[in-house]
Amino acid sequence: MQIKHHHSAHVPTATPGEPFWIRCLLIFAAYVVVFGLILIPLAYVFFEALRPGLQTFWSNLVDDPDTRHAIWLTVTVAPIAVILNTIFGLAAAWTITKFRFPGRALLMSLLDVPFAISPVVAGLMFVLLFGMQGYLGPTLREYGIKLIFAWPGLVIATTFITMPFIARELIPLMQSLGSDEELAAVSLGANRWQLFWRITLPNIKWGLLYGIIQCNARAIGEFGAVYVVSGHIAGETDTMPLRVEKLFQEYNNPGSFAVATVLTLMALSTLVLKVLLEHWIAAQDAARFKEAEES
Amino acid sequence: MSQSSPVDSATTRSVKSDAESGPGSDNVVARRPRFLRNPLPGFGIGLGITVSYLSLLLLLPILACLAKAAELTPSAFLAAVWSARARAAYFVTFQTSLISALISAALGLLLAWVLVRYQFFGRRFLDALIDLPFALPTAVCGLVFSALLVEDGWYGQFLVPLGIQGAYSKLGIIIVLTFVGVPFAVRTVQPVLESMEADTEEAASSLGASRWQTFRWVLFPALWPGILTGFALAFARGLGEYGSVVFISGNMPFKTEIAPVLIVARLEEFSYPEATAIAIVLVGASLASLATINWLERRSQRYAN
Repeated sequence: MQIKHHHSAHVPTATPGEPFWIRCLLIFAAYVVVFGLILIPLAYVFFEALRPGLQTFWSNLVDDPDTRHAIWLTVTVAPIAVILNTIFGLAAAWTITKFRFPGRALLMSLLDVPFAISPVVAGLMFVLLFGMQGYLGPTLREYGIKLIFAWPGLVIATTFITMPFIARELIPLMQSLGSDEELAAVSLGANRWQLFWRITLPNIKWGLLYGIIQCNARAIGEFGAVYVVSGHIAGETDTMPLRVEKLFQEYNNPGSFAVATVLTLMALSTLVLKVLLEHWIAAQDAARFKEAEES
Repeated sequence: MSQSSPVDSATTRSVKSDAESGPGSDNVVARRPRFLRNPLPGFGIGLGITVSYLSLLLLLPILACLAKAAELTPSAFLAAVWSARARAAYFVTFQTSLISALISAALGLLLAWVLVRYQFFGRRFLDALIDLPFALPTAVCGLVFSALLVEDGWYGQFLVPLGIQGAYSKLGIIIVLTFVGVPFAVRTVQPVLESMEADTEEAASSLGASRWQTFRWVLFPALWPGILTGFALAFARGLGEYGSVVFISGNMPFKTEIAPVLIVARLEEFSYPEATAIAIVLVGASLASLATINWLERRSQRYAN
């Protein structure tokens, strides 16, 4: 189920080709699909948000305290989820790629399960567990801990949805790198921190960063799971995507699109970072290949 | 998903024999289970973090889900899962996901083909844009398409006079699910096309095959597993999608209500067991489609070997 992303190094080469007019037709069709499905909708976000004028756009964004709070909430919840999943991803990838043990295959397939669970169902599971009428909710409440309809619930739901991203990026990478360098370091007396910081991390840094960027993008945009656990308390538990929906329901289209532009800008910066990273990864691969050829 | 040996067996063996022949370590290493003879550190802490994280965040919630569903008697469970409204919701979910996954697979093949095979102005740009649906929040996707497809929207002004109602219809659901699904289809076919060597094609054409025959009988069979994987990923994603659909479908019971929306409706009525029962059906369906992918992948790998 691995989706390969790093392909920017590929350049089309001459193969027995189709007639010229078929080529033109297919390229034209590709342009129509990408423009109609992706580029025009993208442009429309900015068009619709800026239509009432720059002034109104800005005041839609900063004058509404609930919107301000939603932006703040998203930029705090997403990084927490990303940090948790980075720790998990590193631990899981290290365990799965460096060791063979009973249950390893089971662990690998468990990593895929969040992909099969609808975000709404994920939210529901945490409500059943931590909600007021949930299995652990009443006990937690005795200790004054409120998870559902509060920001910790948003963190839990977001973390669940974005759980596989970093691990799934690291596992194939670490598998292809093998353990030779780590084994050499251990035999020379490196301790585990030296091993991690000096050998493993430098080798996987771009892949890790790539996973973190994807995880972050998904964490910012998560809707279904967060929708179920948040309780939609404006100014308290509404993240940016939830704010977009609420303003849309209130027929406040300019406000809704204003928040959407911020989310779209975040997605676009994710895209730019990904393209840059793909270049760096390709460069690193080329350097490693050259090194291997010389030695 | 067959995995190559994580530690090169030759290396393990040599390290092991070093350790065994070393002074003072005669039997300590040999007595441990085979999988712990690896000299690398971090197995305990790594496995500890992984297992407790998965238990807390994945297994415990799933158990809660099953326990809640078990509170219903079998007949009540059936009534919740198979009510007329629920059946209609499954049908809409299944139908729209299936159609959009088929469209995604076809568009994915087209885009991957063009991006890999042809050199043209803007190729890199199109390639980068295809990743946008991965990064764009689904709420933004739903918001934009609902605004584009209404009667006075950029697309709606042309489509609505033709009788094509995009907003608040199944067509709208299919469009947003296609937006979400296309990158999966492109990114699973693209690497297969890139890794293809030109020689089989050249052989086919030198034996007198037409371009279409070469595609149909030489290229397509090799691309098929990639297309299927992309289709299944888009389908599984479509079954669970909520954020974009909720904006565009109008959520009318029996018409455009999808299963995740029905779950949320049940939750808002505080009928947790019924919501859970429908959730189990939904998760079962997507698990089945993901299991099919894995099976297909394993089969195609065996075929490739």
